[in-house]
This record gives sequence, C-alpha cells and structure tokens, in this order.
Amino acid sequence: MTDKELEILAAKARLLILEGVHCAKSGHPGGSLSCVDAITVLYFNEMRIDPAAPDDPERDRFVLSKGHCAPALYSVLALRGYFPTEEMRTLRSINSHLSGHPDMEFVRGVDMSTGSLGQGISTAVGMAIAAKVMDKPYRTYSILGDGEVAEGQVWEAAMSAAKWKLDNLCAFVDVNGLQIDGTTDEVMPLEPLDKKFDSFGWHVIKIDGHNLAEIKNALAEAKSVKGKPTVILMKTVKGKGVSYMENAVGWHGKAPNDELYEIARAELEAHLAELEG
Amino acid sequence: MGERKATRAAYGETLAELGAKYPKLVVLDADLSGATYSNKFAAKYPERFFNCGIAEQNMAGIAAGMAAAGLMPFINSFAMFVTGRAFEQIRNSIAYPKLNVKVVGSHGGPSVGEDGATHQMNEDIAIMRAIPNMMVVVPCDTNEMSLAVKALIDYKGPAYLRMCRFATETVTDSIEGYSFELGKGVTLRDGSDVSVIATGITVPMCLEAAKILDAEGISVRVIDMHTVKPLDTELCVKAAKETGCIVTVEEASIVGGLGSAVCEALSEKCPVPVVRHGVPDVFGRSGSAAELLEYFGLSPKGIADKVREAIKLK
Repeated sequence: MTDKELEILAAKARLLILEGVHCAKSGHPGGSLSCVDAITVLYFNEMRIDPAAPDDPERDRFVLSKGHCAPALYSVLALRGYFPTEEMRTLRSINSHLSGHPDMEFVRGVDMSTGSLGQGISTAVGMAIAAKVMDKPYRTYSILGDGEVAEGQVWEAAMSAAKWKLDNLCAFVDVNGLQIDGTTDEVMPLEPLDKKFDSFGWHVIKIDGHNLAEIKNALAEAKSVKGKPTVILMKTVKGKGVSYMENAVGWHGKAPNDELYEIARAELEAHLAELEG
Repeated sequence: MGERKATRAAYGETLAELGAKYPKLVVLDADLSGATYSNKFAAKYPERFFNCGIAEQNMAGIAAGMAAAGLMPFINSFAMFVTGRAFEQIRNSIAYPKLNVKVVGSHGGPSVGEDGATHQMNEDIAIMRAIPNMMVVVPCDTNEMSLAVKALIDYKGPAYLRMCRFATETVTDSIEGYSFELGKGVTLRDGSDVSVIATGITVPMCLEAAKILDAEGISVRVIDMHTVKPLDTELCVKAAKETGCIVTVEEASIVGGLGSAVCEALSEKCPVPVVRHGVPDVFGRSGSAAELLEYFGLSPKGIADKVREAIKLK
C-alpha cells in the first residue's frame, strides 16, 4: 500500500476516533490520535491477518498495551472490515461491544483484553514465546504509551523478551511526552529510553511516528533483526491532527463538546479532502 | 493413614507425568521451581518450562498471552507472591478474558513455618475467590492433589490451585467411595449432630477430631470441600438441614475464605449456626509448621473444641 493510501486511511481513522469519543462523551482522544498512524500501517500494510477469520491461529497478533487508546484500535479494525464503521458511534455505551478498553471476548479482531497499564506487553511476550513453542511463523506487535513505561512490569517484560530472544516480537513506544498529570518529564522522567531498551537487550529504532514511510521502514528493519526483540520509539504529537488538542495535556481523557467537535471534524475533513484531492 | 508427604510434591510429580500426554502444557515459575516442585516438569520438558525470574506480574501476563495463543500454562510461585503480587494481572489479564491459565500457589497458610508472616499467605483463598470466572481448588492430600491436577488440565478456564509446604497424611486413597470431581464436595464421614466442612490439609485433622468426638457420643459429618469456588452449595445445604450446625475449617484466614463462602451460601438458603475456624484476622509469625498449626488451633483437639462450640449454638 502506498504512503498516500495509508495516510488517507489514517485520516479516516482520526475522524472515527473523534466521532466515537464525541458520541460517548468520554474516552481518550489525545493518545489515540498519537498512535493511530502506527496502528493503520500495522493493520493495512504489515500484519498477516484476515478480517473474515479473526481467530486464525496463524495470524499475526497485536496487543494495545496502552488500552485506553481503544478508539484508535477500534477505528482501524472497523476500516479494515472487522465490524461496521457506524458502530464507532456506540463506543462505551452499555449495549455496545466497543467497551472503554479493548475486550477480546466481544470485539472482533482484538487479540488481548487490555486497559491496566504495563500488562499488555507481558501478554505480547507470552504470544511471541507461544509462537516459538508451537513453531508458528506469526509475529506479535504491541504499542505502549510513554507514561506506561513507568510501570515496573514493562521492564520485567523487557528482560524476559531478551532472555527468550524474541525476534518475532516488535513493540512501539508512543513517545508523545504527555500523561494525565503533565509532561512525562514532570511526572516521571523516562529518558534516555533508547539506552534503557538497548541495555535491556532490545534492538532500538527511533522514528517520527507520524511519518508512514518511516513506520513501514522500521517494521521492515524489525523483521530482519534476529535473536532479539525490537522496539520502535516513535516520537509523536499527542492529539495529532486536531489543532487545539495537539500537545495539550488536557485532552488525554476528555471528549470535545459539540462546538469543539465540529471544529475538529472540519479540520480532519479538510485534511482528508486535501489528501484525496 | 497413609504416608506423610506435601501436596506440592504430588503436584510436581503429576505435572511431570502428564507432560507427555499434553504437548500444549507449559509451566512457568518465578525462581522457586524447587519449592513448588515445578522443577520435576522442567527436568523432563525443558523446552516447555519458562523460568521468569523473580517477576510474578510478568509471569502472569506471559501466561495470559500463551493461553490466548492456545497453550495451557500453569504458573507457579509461593501463594503469597503469585496471588498477592500478581493479583491485578490475574484479575485483568487472565480472569477477565477467561484465559486458560492455572495459577498455582504453594506455601499457602501458616504451615510455611519459620519464614514468618511475610511468606505465610492466609488471604489467597479470599482474594482469588473474589475474582469473577476464577475457580479455587485446595486439595487436602497428595492423592487428591494428583486428581485435582488432572482435572484442572482438562478444565478450560482460569483457576487457582493452592498447595502446602508441610508434609501431611494422605487419607483419601483409603476412604471407600471417595471420588474427585471439580466443584463437588466429598462426604468423607457421615454424622448427624454436626457437619465439619473443611478444605486443604485440615481435612485429615477433621477426621481425627471426629474420632475424638465420637468417643464423647457426638456424631460428626466431615465434608472435604476441595473446590471452594464454585462452592458445592447443595452439599452445604444438605449438611445444614440434616445436622443443624456447621464448623468450617481451613488453613487460611476466616475472613473471606471457605468459612465466608459457606456462610454466604447458608445465610440465603438454610441459616444455621456456623463456626468459622482457621487463621483469625491476624498475621502469622515464625515457628515450626507444627507449632504454628497448634498455635492457631488447627489440630484435631482445636477442631474438636470448635465443634463443641457449634453444637452449643444449636
């Protein structure tokens, strides 16, 4: 798929994220907008998956370790054909399968239930080990938030992925620099993340997380690395694509009101029109 | 009475024995494989054994991912660390998605002994029982442990298996009519004045207590409630109706454990006096296993005292 085609899909996913969060009157738009480009590339260009067979044991796996960014995952799954895009409007409502955080039991295409930070990456490690035990060629992908890496479990998982030489595992860290209470520097400094992962035995790639060509190249590089897991540290902008949300800490977990939603929609539609034009 | 042997030893042997039959069985430990006896499996199937180091939370998560991919993981550590440290991982990554992970806690209860309170897990039954989708199984001896492991391998879903460090008598292999089925309590001895519903290594003590009381003319029914959740409510109600009072016995806290489960069931279906016997609402302490069990009245004599108390409440 061309970069342009992927950009169009990511733009459509951003519109669905906003629509879902606006309808739900709650949710996490900021981090969803920062990681949605990577999820789009994974589901449309990288992973060996078939929306008609979501339980195929041979499929590639994806674990959204930063589970609160479910709107990004759901939007991409809907665009990919796992369920109708109209269902994004039922996000977080009582009769919807689209719960606030991903639920593998009810949402077609979701490979692991997540939401409590730090836990998803361990499950991704487990899936990657399982592939080796059962001699299956599938790969496992995961996205963590940068604030999430303050959880000790992330580093337990990192050590174990290196111990078992999980070259079939590729994790992203969505380095948008913000978390609920402020910047990551204020709340709990993380850097140097590259040196940390490197010293934990991972192959480290640093990219611009909104540059689709860089995401594609990083994924190709990850596949060529043998004997160790890969982490892609992607620098992103929280709230990317909506002017008033970009780099604004207040939009971590808040839905826009009707007026602000219209502004966001107009901006995202204009961007989409530009790409399609 | 049979041999004295710890339930954890029977666990490790059974797991190792079944490894060949179940190629998807994988075993994880957190640097305690000698104590949990998971090293028996490790020795035979090193390619299916994963030592996660002292990192129980990650171990629970890895197991969840393995189960989601179709493997059958058993995760092992001391009851304190596997259920305590990794509680939230068990809740959110294993039980919520109903993944087929068996959580195995050895060194349950005060019979851990000299290591003291930080290592004596008395609250595991309570906290595991509180999680939706979790089964909770506490075998009373080596024979029952072996049967429980076999049954749990075939049971598809999250479960907690509690085992004990201390070597105890094996009794269920010599009791006529004994059979094991998950979720079904076993009446080991019939009686008409009082029912003792027990779980884990206190079950053989209850049989001894029944003998003491028999000499006093008190007829004691002894029920082995190896599955604390789902509780065999029917058997509890039958016992309440037929004997009129109950004593629950467990080598665990009386807050939230078997005693609480029995009270919850009977208060709604057949209220009768229930005396809960186990570790009271306190932490443990150092001492030998035998001394600590005696300290908490977890002995035939201590149990007999509780039975007399219960009968007075009738």
